[in-house]
Amino acid sequence: MKLIKVEHAYKIYKNGTTAVADLSVSIDKGEFVFVIGSTGSGKSTFIKMLYREEKPTSGIVNVGGIDVAKLRNSKVYKLRRRLGVVFQDFKLLPKLTVYENVAFALETLGLTNNEIRPKVLKAIDAVGLKEKARNLPSELSGGEQQRVAIARAIVNEPRLLICDEPTGNLDPETSKEIMTILDRINKESETTIIMATHDKELVNKMKKRVLVIENGVLVSDTKKGSYKVHESVKDSKKKYS
Amino acid sequence: MRALRILRRSIRDSFKSIFRNFSLSMASIICITITLILVALSMFLSYNVNQITTSLEQELTIVVYLDKDVTSENKKEIENDLKTMENVEEYKIKSKDEWKAEMGKENETLEHALKYFEENPLLDSIIVKVKNVNDLKETAEKLRKYDFVQSAEYGEGMVESIISVFDVISIGTFGIVIALIVVTFFLISNTIKLTIFSRKTQIEIKRLVGASNAAIKIPFVFEGFILGIFGSIIPILLSIYGYTILYNETGGYIYTKIITLVKPFPFVLVVSLVLLVIGSFVGMIGSWLSVRKHLKI
Repeated sequence: MKLIKVEHAYKIYKNGTTAVADLSVSIDKGEFVFVIGSTGSGKSTFIKMLYREEKPTSGIVNVGGIDVAKLRNSKVYKLRRRLGVVFQDFKLLPKLTVYENVAFALETLGLTNNEIRPKVLKAIDAVGLKEKARNLPSELSGGEQQRVAIARAIVNEPRLLICDEPTGNLDPETSKEIMTILDRINKESETTIIMATHDKELVNKMKKRVLVIENGVLVSDTKKGSYKVHESVKDSKKKYS
Repeated sequence: MRALRILRRSIRDSFKSIFRNFSLSMASIICITITLILVALSMFLSYNVNQITTSLEQELTIVVYLDKDVTSENKKEIENDLKTMENVEEYKIKSKDEWKAEMGKENETLEHALKYFEENPLLDSIIVKVKNVNDLKETAEKLRKYDFVQSAEYGEGMVESIISVFDVISIGTFGIVIALIVVTFFLISNTIKLTIFSRKTQIEIKRLVGASNAAIKIPFVFEGFILGIFGSIIPILLSIYGYTILYNETGGYIYTKIITLVKPFPFVLVVSLVLLVIGSFVGMIGSWLSVRKHLKI
């Protein structure tokens, strides 16, 4: 069952830069997909289009039945409630505790405290931070902060988890921990995970589906792939630059 | 129920964030306080100038002196016409004997001098109060046209220049009030904009976790509202107590009894209400507009 369907998507910025060009891809429910590419390749723009931080200039970007291109600014929350997003810089609220940071996502949806509490504790437990629920982000390590961000992203049990370079600020050991958590979430709850990364070692080790984007073009899509940049990238550079 | 919960949490969050961002909140409150004090001062000035000019204008009358040999028919004729004249508020007939008695009371020498005349040398007159002092001249001209009217006087020249000065002062002070309200709006909304800018990430995160635009805006709008109310407390207290003390100390007038001040009640309450409305609404609107900027993609 297709969860994401992208057909001939283009993203051209006002200054004329083509960030994504004629990109078509579909992703099934429960898949774990890496999106790789060099800096400025367009992988972040592609990721941002999935959660409607960027709007495609043309083409179709359908996420869980929602046509992102047609989604009005005031209705973006409808898409965001169906997915979770994790960033390289964690994006936690510094003055809220771990518990409050995770609960915050559910509070904005208008759930009661009795509904919120078990969900938050479950999410914090899933990332192994039960003992630190009352700590502030500043009292946690980078890896722990990222785990809070993951807990916040999964607390609403989304069908899709988008991770934009979640291990970018972490050391290899902590990165492995984060990947273990993400892998478990993917397997246990069949949450589809799309992860943009630069980390060759992680990609090669995980043996998941890999999309390679260079110069806005999808140059490779391999099941159980590894980190490789195709020679064809150079040709595409000439074509779209 | 869900909407109510979101609203309740919004109010709670706005109080929390006022205290969590204490220094910026204080900056906003002080800014609102200072500008509202200026608005209050200009309102007091404007209303009082208006009151003074109005009361002075009300003192302006036309005195119509009738000929010595004026008949009672003539008097009836002019009286009937005065009743129908548009600009005439009221009139009072003052006979030459009344004048004589009045002048005698005011000045002993005059009283003595007037006794030497066999016949009262003064003239019968009509004192006319007008509705609109700007048309004083036209009304006087009309009254001069009667054959039996010797003169119709109102302090020509000087009165007109006083009226035009009053008009300029009234328009000027009103203009200052409006300008200050506009400046207040920009000052307050800019300060709030700074407060909100520092919480850009918070707005971004709220959006990411699926908060609707309204759910993001409401706490900020409440915050602006609360800051506006806090900021208007001191100006309101100053208005109520300061003006009442000023009124009581001066006895309600400045220099002469013609220049009277507006009575404190309910005047200060109206000013306070206006300050509260400006503070809270500008706070709300300022927040609304500032958050809106961060919600565009």
